[in-house]
Amino acid sequence: MNDQHIASAFDRDLESVQAQIMKMGGMIEDAIRMAAESLETRDEELAEKVRAGDKAIDDLENLINERAARIIALRAPTAIDLRLILSVIKISASLERIGDYAKNMAKRTGVLSQMQPVSDSAGSIRRMARTVEGMLKDALDAYIQRDAELAMDIINRDEDVDQMYNALFREFLTFMLEDPRNITACMHLHFIAKNTERMGDLVTSIAEQVVYLVTGQHPEEDRPKADKTSYVSKA
Amino acid sequence: MKDAVSWENDVTTNTVKIAARDVQVHYGDTHAIKDVNVDIEDKTVTAFIGPSGCGKSTFLRCINRMNDTIDVCRVTGDIRIDGEDIYDRKVDPVQLRAKVGMVFQKPNPFPKSIYDNVAYGPRIHGLARNKADLDDIVERALKRGAIWDEVKDRLQAPGTGLSGGQQQRLCIARAVATEPEVLLMDEPCSALDPIATAQVEELIDELRQNYSVVIVTHSMQQAARVSQRTAFFHLGNLVEFGDTDKIFTAPEDPRTESYITGRIG
Ligand SMILES: Nc1ncnc2c1ncn2[C@@H]1O[C@H](COP(=O)(O)OP(=O)(O)O)[C@@H](O)[C@H]1O
Ligand SMILES: [Mg+2]
Repeated sequence: MNDQHIASAFDRDLESVQAQIMKMGGMIEDAIRMAAESLETRDEELAEKVRAGDKAIDDLENLINERAARIIALRAPTAIDLRLILSVIKISASLERIGDYAKNMAKRTGVLSQMQPVSDSAGSIRRMARTVEGMLKDALDAYIQRDAELAMDIINRDEDVDQMYNALFREFLTFMLEDPRNITACMHLHFIAKNTERMGDLVTSIAEQVVYLVTGQHPEEDRPKADKTSYVSKA
Repeated sequence: MKDAVSWENDVTTNTVKIAARDVQVHYGDTHAIKDVNVDIEDKTVTAFIGPSGCGKSTFLRCINRMNDTIDVCRVTGDIRIDGEDIYDRKVDPVQLRAKVGMVFQKPNPFPKSIYDNVAYGPRIHGLARNKADLDDIVERALKRGAIWDEVKDRLQAPGTGLSGGQQQRLCIARAVATEPEVLLMDEPCSALDPIATAQVEELIDELRQNYSVVIVTHSMQQAARVSQRTAFFHLGNLVEFGDTDKIFTAPEDPRTESYITGRIG
């Protein structure tokens, strides 16, 4: 298939909206990293930066959705173009949700830094966040390179994040049983861990969008070998 | 708005109405259709899409043997309707065309009254026993053509006095008056404004209850709206044939993808 549309403005619009997705993705990577760092280093200033940055992320999501709506209205996209626009809308929504979780983590940093640290939980959460951030970076690479294989790999990596969460859950439970004074901090830390686990799920859904974009099939569907309703000519 | 413009094109597998095997068409030295094989289902709208000159109209005309009227045209292969070879010697092309109705790009009512436009086919095929019978047939056909309410008070007015969209629905009524089983439409909306187009699309979806409808269209959106199956032709080849939803979201062949997404192919 030829890469270029007859209407070159269509190509420019598609490129520009994808560039916005990549920009938003970069902002989210930063937000995750800074939120987790602020939690571990008890850096309230950094946490405040994450909280303040969320507005720009929301604005960018709105802009992307407006652009996508405009493309649908003007071009009535089909096939790969349709899948691309759908992916843009869904990925921007997932990124925005991840941004909210990062902001929420940064909010709890403020509370937690007033309390006694609970063992090295913040370090464990930061490692978990780093895994999610790595998955997100790869998901965005897979997106822009149209790499369904890399996307499938990311989907499989989400299990690691789930396991990290399960381990943290047990840890927090133990700390709370050991000393009820840990309860408040552990409740906050548990929310953070749970939210980070949800970030992993959202990154997974981005990777699923990449698979759909590239192959036209949703990854959970078992692709039928041959569609018996289709004839393909010899030519 | 309902079915015709709904995105929910239910894909159920109906029985095969038209089966084409190894169909080739030549106009003198021009090889217009190259080895086409396709099963077209009953009670389904099938859209033929593809760039100009790819052979859509040619293939459509094979289905009611309209190509017989073109001297230089030679059709080979096998086309069956309900298992019956329509190119068999025993088949009378005029009878066949009563069973396989056709609607053209430009509405072409006869220079006669609305009534006579619709009564013409049933009369020559002897479908009515008497005047009352013919009146019934005309009324039923005009209702199927979704134009009865607009013309019932002026059946004796000339068909050519109607608006473009009304004329096209009159032609559809005329085509269904002989109780066909298959309805072929060659770009039926290309001369119509958006409202008349929407009305004809609505009608096409209703016709699907009773007929196997095959429509050639230049509008991707129209193909996506009205059909359940889509066939993409390119340079005389049937490149891809499948569920319309699939063709418009994830086609298999890069040539299909280039065409429907408006890329330089
Ligand atoms: N009556 C005819 N005489 C000679 N060549 C024809 C005739 N009708 C169509 N063709 C040729 O057959 C090919 C297919 O044409 P057609 O079926 O009209 O394509 P489409 O409907 O897809 O635009 C074209 O190359 C066209 O020039
Ligand atoms: Mg044509």
